[in-house]
Amino acid sequence: MKQTLFEIKENIKIAKNVFRMTLAGDTEGIIPGQFVNIKLDGLYLRRPISVCDVPTDGVLVIIYKVVGKGTELMSEMSEGKLDVLTGLGNGYDISLSGDAPLLVGGGVGVPPLYMLAKKLIEEGKRVSVILGFNTKDEIFYEDEFKALGASVAVTTVDGSYGIKGFVTDAMKGKDFTYFYSCGPEPMLKALCRATEVSGELSFEERMGCGFGACMGCSCKTLTGNKRICKDGPVMKKEEIIWEK
Amino acid sequence: MGKMKVDLCGIELDNPIIPASGTFGYGYEFAELYDINILGTFSFKGTTKDPRFGNPTPRIAECSSGMINAVGLQNPGVEKVISEELPKLSECFNKKVMANVSGFSVEDYAYTCEKLDKCDQVGWLEVNVSCPNVHGGGMSFGTSPEAAAEVTRAVKAVTTKPVLIKLSPNVTDIVSIAKACEEAGADGISLINTLLGMRIDLKRRTPVIANKMGGFSGSAIFPVAVRMVYQVANAVEIPVVGMGGVSSAEDVIEMMLAGATAVEIGAANLVDPFVCRDIIRDLPSVMEKYGITSLKEIIGGVR
Repeated sequence: MKQTLFEIKENIKIAKNVFRMTLAGDTEGIIPGQFVNIKLDGLYLRRPISVCDVPTDGVLVIIYKVVGKGTELMSEMSEGKLDVLTGLGNGYDISLSGDAPLLVGGGVGVPPLYMLAKKLIEEGKRVSVILGFNTKDEIFYEDEFKALGASVAVTTVDGSYGIKGFVTDAMKGKDFTYFYSCGPEPMLKALCRATEVSGELSFEERMGCGFGACMGCSCKTLTGNKRICKDGPVMKKEEIIWEK
Repeated sequence: MGKMKVDLCGIELDNPIIPASGTFGYGYEFAELYDINILGTFSFKGTTKDPRFGNPTPRIAECSSGMINAVGLQNPGVEKVISEELPKLSECFNKKVMANVSGFSVEDYAYTCEKLDKCDQVGWLEVNVSCPNVHGGGMSFGTSPEAAAEVTRAVKAVTTKPVLIKLSPNVTDIVSIAKACEEAGADGISLINTLLGMRIDLKRRTPVIANKMGGFSGSAIFPVAVRMVYQVANAVEIPVVGMGGVSSAEDVIEMMLAGATAVEIGAANLVDPFVCRDIIRDLPSVMEKYGITSLKEIIGGVR
């Protein structure tokens, strides 16, 4: 973990209630699936946001949805500096991907899969991506994933774009060696039930510190109690206890 | 360095800065960030007789200048703390640590303290009497002078280490409880624990915290803490460890002027993991600014 001042370079709306912020600062050591924790003026707790990409050393891209006060404040920023803790969380385990990994993202769970897709493609893997949204105007990053060379399917719950239904509807008949996912818990649960293949899921929880000190985001797993911020946010499918 | 030294119940601290229990784990997470040997000491995660997972999530809520937590004393239980956490701590911390203990019956407290009494690394026992008292009919040990005194006596009977009783602010008269603990043999008082609070999610019309209520901490509670430290320090002869919303070197000095011998920093660690390091770095210049040559001399300086 590092505490760094980042400078806001760009902050633009890319879909309904969804913004992309580009920041300049120390990005050393950041891996796919990790998150950053951002201090905002006037708010006490930092706001954890997943890392979307580190396009080059010293540039950090995050994509966030406006869901509350913190993200609303962020959406209004156009310049200035942010106090950011980086290198938080375990990240995805790239070594387990096999030749043909499947990446499944739901809504604002899509961003962390982008840097992951990039790394996997760099390693010569055949990457398939399923992006699930509620409706057409919430869709983002379909073209960006395609530009990486991934095969991309988009689903919308209301059928306004792509395949009508849930991400699991786009999984039918797909062959893959491993999966990586991030999204709302019902999606993650449905995804695990839809396949026998192993994989990893990234979870969300209200956090206090984001680095393992406060026990605010604990969960029970088959491999013991874990802190989503420090031992996660990425968990293996086989260790999850679905109770909620 | 000498100008910052204080004596806490017979053990000298290089400085009065103590990360508070529940915000600093068992130390080693922070040892990855900075050399935690610069601290006076720290109070480790509240430890109970048996392992506890704690409350369901969400356990955390944002507040104006503060936060609510309802972790519920998650810890691996005293046996594992001794066999696993303390050995890990000894690799990165060579000072005496403050052992924070919680319980649900007088016997629980005594059991856990007796175990920790045998650990050389433990300098002080900080006994948290602000958790629910199942044994006494739903009351908190820390909300009745008699119950707080009973815990104090039971713990004092099983240890030779200094015992600090950590009090809850959610009471009508904190002074009477502090005095009862002193009479029962406590070596010090630490206060304040969190204030009972609640937030409601307007969209869902439900409490933000799964457990509905939780402990409110952070800079918002600092004036309440200063007031209670002042009241207690003026009523007892034993040392007082002050805490509640402290987040700067100035806050530390204010707490000491109110009567604190040492000062714990809690929620601020969660927002700024380097805050204790920075406070220790800032203290000498802030002391100079206010004409303070020795921190010891300002304890209880305001009457």
